[in-house]
Amino acid sequence: MLKTFLKGGVHPPENKLTSSKPIKRMSVPKVVYVPISQHIGIPAEIVVNIKDKVEIGQVIAKSGGFVSSNIHSPVCGTVTKLDKIVDTKGYKKQCIVIRTDPKNASNFEEPTLTLKKNFDLSSDEILNKINDSGIVGLGGATFPSHVKLSIKEGVAIDHLIVNGVECEPFLTADHRLMLEKAEEIIVGIKILMSALHVDKAIIGIENNKRDAIEVLKELARNETGIKVASLEVKYPQGSEKQLIQALLNREVPKNGLPLDVGVIVHNVGTIFAIYQAIQHNIPLTERVVTVTGKNLKNASNYWVKIGTPIKDLVNEVGGLPEGTRKIVNGGPMMGQAIKNLDVPVTKGTSGILVIPEGEASRGEVKNCIRCSDCVTVCPMGLEPHLLMNLSEKGLYDRANDEDILTCIECGSCSYVCPSNRPLLDYIRFGKSIVKQLNTV
Amino acid sequence: MQESILNSVILLSSLGSVAAVVLFVVSKKFYVYEDPLISEVEDILPAANCGGCGSPGCKAFAEKLVNTEDISELFCPVGGNEIMAQVSSILGKEVVEKDPTLAVVRCQGGCDVRPKTTEYQGPRSCAISSIIYSGETDCQYGCLGDGDCVQVCKFDAMYMDINTGLPVVISDKCTSCGACVDACPRGIIEMRPKQKRDLKVFVGCLNEDKAGIARKACNVACIGCSKCEDICPKDAITMTNNLAYIDPIACTLCRKCVEVCPTHSIIETNFPPKKVKKDTAEKKVNVESVKINTDA
Repeated sequence: MLKTFLKGGVHPPENKLTSSKPIKRMSVPKVVYVPISQHIGIPAEIVVNIKDKVEIGQVIAKSGGFVSSNIHSPVCGTVTKLDKIVDTKGYKKQCIVIRTDPKNASNFEEPTLTLKKNFDLSSDEILNKINDSGIVGLGGATFPSHVKLSIKEGVAIDHLIVNGVECEPFLTADHRLMLEKAEEIIVGIKILMSALHVDKAIIGIENNKRDAIEVLKELARNETGIKVASLEVKYPQGSEKQLIQALLNREVPKNGLPLDVGVIVHNVGTIFAIYQAIQHNIPLTERVVTVTGKNLKNASNYWVKIGTPIKDLVNEVGGLPEGTRKIVNGGPMMGQAIKNLDVPVTKGTSGILVIPEGEASRGEVKNCIRCSDCVTVCPMGLEPHLLMNLSEKGLYDRANDEDILTCIECGSCSYVCPSNRPLLDYIRFGKSIVKQLNTV
Repeated sequence: MQESILNSVILLSSLGSVAAVVLFVVSKKFYVYEDPLISEVEDILPAANCGGCGSPGCKAFAEKLVNTEDISELFCPVGGNEIMAQVSSILGKEVVEKDPTLAVVRCQGGCDVRPKTTEYQGPRSCAISSIIYSGETDCQYGCLGDGDCVQVCKFDAMYMDINTGLPVVISDKCTSCGACVDACPRGIIEMRPKQKRDLKVFVGCLNEDKAGIARKACNVACIGCSKCEDICPKDAITMTNNLAYIDPIACTLCRKCVEVCPTHSIIETNFPPKKVKKDTAEKKVNVESVKINTDA
């Protein structure tokens, strides 16, 4: 029996079309649009002016507080504008627009880095370097990594969990990274283990990535304390709380953090970014993005510079196929449909999914038939149908009592509902109101 | 036969008198004193329970009026100055007169002038769709068209225009309770002082984008050209973030700004038709075109 979390979960079709496609390097975009708010927390403060020349990896926006992150220039070029560009939701956000210098060779060189295994930095030095390098959680939540790693005294941690689950259908960015950069990831784990003073690390990978499990198992055999665990394929296993339950059978308390059960969780992408920052002094300026879709000709995984417009990504894979109805930033379960193709890739973009006509529409909303499918699949043990009704009727106090805030917004309830009820839409709305009321 | 009737009459009257005694004792024993002024004030208030005053209902507002010493900051927008004057005479406290206000919708981006670029299939509610994304058009400031304002209006003073997809305020019914202002996630509804004969001049746009982007998203968007600011004789118009705003107190309703606005984003309502030659010429053209239509 493979391990998995106890409550709920769904099995959407995996559709990992690009799992055998090696990560290619995206051609360098002519212009990049770098948003100053790519992370949870305070937006970064711009430190460049129009017409400034910038180098790759130069800080262009400085962290605006503790829960914030530095932003570095992904290309060599000139700052042309400090403008507002639409984000995924369609709202205009402050961006730094940089025109790439076509004559500068460093833009087009492929970095050839040799594996560097040894490091002799103290925990504080490692933390500072992670902070300076602008590393945020690359799984999608984009929570600044140094905040997660700054542990208060007296909190005991015994496990580092490395999240290689990638339970979202279609996405294969983490999978390919684990295959191609396995040794680097192991070094990254060792760096984090020494920074956190933990001696046990577990890499959790779903069983549909057997090749990655084998590669990492082989490497982990020579290391003390690092284990690789294969997990049953079930959505939303990539969620922090579910993964901890699956691997260690510990339940994170309501409104609590993984720290409360002595665990810290990091995504494999983040681990690789930390390796790059510590061993090669390379800040976070690019990430792996899966560009996929059933009708795409050249669906593949790409190293993409942060700030590349999605338009360029789509051109790279041969343009939009006929009958495209929806383009999603992220996977089909938790991703957001984008407003237009000018939206830039940010630190949190793990994939671009192109959905054809016929699969993009929601069905007709019918009445609830009380089948309780949503209750069965909810991984947090909530009652989505009830929470939806409470939000719709404005009974926010009751919704708060029913723990609406513990919802992880995985969308399993909306996925299984036979009446196509917009459960998550209302729950998300209710959550935002309850949060407002609680802060007042 | 007679006996049974008598028995039941005696039984019921004795039960009744016992109950009366119990009720009398209980009402004396558990009597709660309430200031008679409260019910007196409540009787005057409009009993709309709209929440426009900030209290949860008219009863709560009456209690507040009676119990607070300085009521100069309290105001019933539905009742207006008239009701507040009566309240003042009952309570002997001073009230401050306020100019009556009226809700106006500051967006004219109807279906024909503001093209839809995406399609939304989620729940039809402005509050929800604004959380998910910026709306079906490219304008992130304008009306979302799902009618949250119409739903919260307790006075039937708003409706959605089927042709434009925008909410419309019926001035006669609007009590300026402010429920629509709170309900609109975009903040396109503004309370403006009521002018004589309900004349209105205001900028019907909230788009802060630069001219090109704003115009691309909507034909009647304010492009921030400052022409209105320059022509205004009373300096009532200010430009902030590429957007004009007409101060309703300084504005004298001269309508010079309406004429110069290149995108017709400044709205004038309830003015009598102008008697200028140019206008009549236009009218003639209109009549002709109508004729052609009928012929066809």
